Amino acid sequence: MAKVNTPKPAELAEALEYTTPQTEWMETPAVIKPGTFCWGAKGKNLGIVEFPNARDWNPSEEDWKLPENWQEIFFTGMKNLLDKYRSFKVFMDICVRCGACADKCHFFIGSGDPKNMPVLRAELLRSVYRNDFTLAGKILGKIAGARPLTVDVLKELWYYFYQCTECRRCSLFCPYGIDTAEITMMGRELTNLLGLNTDWISGPVANCYMKGNHLGLEPHAIMNSIEGMVDDIETITGIRINPSFNRKGAEILFVTPSGDLFADPGTYTAMGYMMLFHELGLDYTWSTYASEGGNFGFFSSNEMAKRLNSKIYAEAKRLGVKYIIGGECGHMWRVLTQYMDTWNGPADFMEVPVSPITGTRFENSKSTKMIHITEFTADLIKNNKLKLDPSRNDDLVITYHDSCNTARGMGLMDEPRYIINNVCNNFHEMPENTIREQTFCCGSGTGLNASENMELRMRGGLPRANAVKFVKEKHGVNMLANICAIDRATLSASMDYWVPGVKVTGVHELVANALIMTGEKERETNLRGDALPGKEGN
Amino acid sequence: MKIVLPLVAVIMLVVLAFAGVQVAGMQFLFGVLIPYLAIAFFIAGFIYRVIKWGMSPVPFCIPTTAGQMKSFPWIKQNKLDNPSSTMGVVGRMALEVLVFRSLFRNTKTELREGPQLSYGSEKFLWIAGLAFHWSFLIIFIRHFRFFMLETPFVIQMIEGLDSFLQIGAPLLYLTDVVLLGAVTFLVFRRLAMPLIKYISLPADYFPLFLILGIATSGILMRYFMKVHIVGVKEMVLGLVSFNPVVPEGIGVIFYIHLFLVSTLLAYFPLSKLMHMGGVFMSPTRNMANNSREVRHVNPWNYPVHVHTYDEYEDEFREKMKKAGLPVEKE
Repeated sequence: MAKVNTPKPAELAEALEYTTPQTEWMETPAVIKPGTFCWGAKGKNLGIVEFPNARDWNPSEEDWKLPENWQEIFFTGMKNLLDKYRSFKVFMDICVRCGACADKCHFFIGSGDPKNMPVLRAELLRSVYRNDFTLAGKILGKIAGARPLTVDVLKELWYYFYQCTECRRCSLFCPYGIDTAEITMMGRELTNLLGLNTDWISGPVANCYMKGNHLGLEPHAIMNSIEGMVDDIETITGIRINPSFNRKGAEILFVTPSGDLFADPGTYTAMGYMMLFHELGLDYTWSTYASEGGNFGFFSSNEMAKRLNSKIYAEAKRLGVKYIIGGECGHMWRVLTQYMDTWNGPADFMEVPVSPITGTRFENSKSTKMIHITEFTADLIKNNKLKLDPSRNDDLVITYHDSCNTARGMGLMDEPRYIINNVCNNFHEMPENTIREQTFCCGSGTGLNASENMELRMRGGLPRANAVKFVKEKHGVNMLANICAIDRATLSASMDYWVPGVKVTGVHELVANALIMTGEKERETNLRGDALPGKEGN
Repeated sequence: MKIVLPLVAVIMLVVLAFAGVQVAGMQFLFGVLIPYLAIAFFIAGFIYRVIKWGMSPVPFCIPTTAGQMKSFPWIKQNKLDNPSSTMGVVGRMALEVLVFRSLFRNTKTELREGPQLSYGSEKFLWIAGLAFHWSFLIIFIRHFRFFMLETPFVIQMIEGLDSFLQIGAPLLYLTDVVLLGAVTFLVFRRLAMPLIKYISLPADYFPLFLILGIATSGILMRYFMKVHIVGVKEMVLGLVSFNPVVPEGIGVIFYIHLFLVSTLLAYFPLSKLMHMGGVFMSPTRNMANNSREVRHVNPWNYPVHVHTYDEYEDEFREKMKKAGLPVEKE
């Protein structure tokens, strides 16, 4: 594939405006523009997970090689989804187009494309629904807001459902709670019936299915990666950590997104987890089989998400652990909170999570038996179980980005803040309309974080980056903390693009920097190898 | 087109009722048959739609969490915006339905040079929405004076409050003014804001124009083109008691009003107005965020093809052994 050029930030900002085309949206065909879509899936990858109509295809080509009866497949699929999901049915019917959601979407704010207004994104599919599933639409047609499903309409649906990160910010403002994430999920289910997935999603899905993680790290590669981190930890702290893998009889299974094992700055977060667990003497194990907390299946179809997610409970059962701790990840935690137990539970072979250090019983996860690492760590700090030296993070002026999913699909907001405030001395919140439940997406969630999609990502990342810029200018913020592996990868890119000079970190990297470990040597550097404050001259 | 068509449709409805009653003398059709049919269609249609939604299950627990979840005792949960109990959900829904909690959050995104984004509070839609829905409800309740022989005390009290300004004769009802003002604002908003205009369908203008027509005809009837009020009450009582009578000389404006109301009722189940029922069935609002604590059951959950650990080990056994990983089968 050819390299796609991304406009410069100034060019992009200059051209940004919130206007409408001269023609009505139904008469305005979608232009599938390079830089704003991901390459089509490879048939090989779709084939591995037994998806229908698997083939190589290219979104920028005229011919999408659709199966002959694609409309029938689409409508049968749609009826099936309407029968299975009340949300879908209700959300297709009750929107009044009040427009409260219109300017809440990061993709609309950053692109100005009216079809990125959540209401219009949904109308793209609603118009098809009205045409074939409602009486008014069948009789009145276009007057009732209905339109027939043509190849162009299908392409438009595909284009815009892969320009939604299912962040749910629109849903927060909707007076009926209409959730575009839900509609996008249905839209993506339908495109998957036709083999219209993207390479960036279907590749990780196939990897995760066969090898246990999105990156396709084989068992020994996972161990090598972690061994590398262990070496780094030893260099920095003088302490040798001995993590265990696939160990039966461990008390706790630890699952984190594989991104943490692979690339900076996620690896520093993974080092943070291990240093913390080592200091506590926690009886835990990694798994190479369930080596992925994230779930790109969730961005394809409900069934695929369930198939990938099944490994976590299956492995917990095989290893005989008492409960599971999950690392810092966004959509992973929406899946774990709102889907896992329903799909693959009940997890009655485990016990209600109890912190072996503090004795705290995690009643709020007594059914899933899986707790978030920031819950675990916040509890440790509250009970004074950690020796911390926040001044080691004094070179950092930190702000915190709530992940869409932990904020709006869970409500985990104060735990990470409590931790940050205990391990750092300089913390400043971004403006209130951009944090907590109103947080903005990084712009690259739901498997849109491909490099060929960079223009769209930078556009979608603008609202978040702009809020960071605000606190950078006001408070000198130079570090953006978060609890999401996709954030760690993608916010780095959008910071470099929009707010150069701000770096990105996981919360447990900050914890590990501040953590005074038993028997550690005098630390000279932080986990990144940068000199600690006051040690610059050494 | 999107605007003219629904406007013309409402005008046509008015003309139709006027001609039918004034010219053709079809009082019985417009005063009895159509209202009965409309109410029957409304009730049956509303129930059908709700049942139809209800037939589809709620496979997953998907509340939109709008505040801190239930966590440790020392972290304050936002029990109304992120409820974990049924009581909390009732509270959340009450706030949503009675005072439009989500709409209250509304902000307006502004883009300035730089680029610099800011999000100011935007309460106009919330205020207009509240004013419209509440005044409509109060006016509807006030109409019960026509449905009962004796006007109940509650209705009298509402009427008293609604007309407390004591302006004019008959006394001016505040809700009449508010409803007209709010609907006008909602129409104006759709026309004046380019993005909102862009997303609007004829189905958005039609109910607004229709309600505007209903309000206008009602106001004309009460304040300006006096109708034979005793006759109206007699007729409405007749309808309510299934003993329809058509008294002479009521005045055509009443029939126009009634016909527009009938149209609204009949149109209701076919349209977005069903949000009245739908808001109660929205899974992002009416569910407790307790799915980690209590397992949510999906009635159509089915076994799926998974890649088992055994298959995984079969594929990687040699590599695993070499790396020192424990294996199930040597």
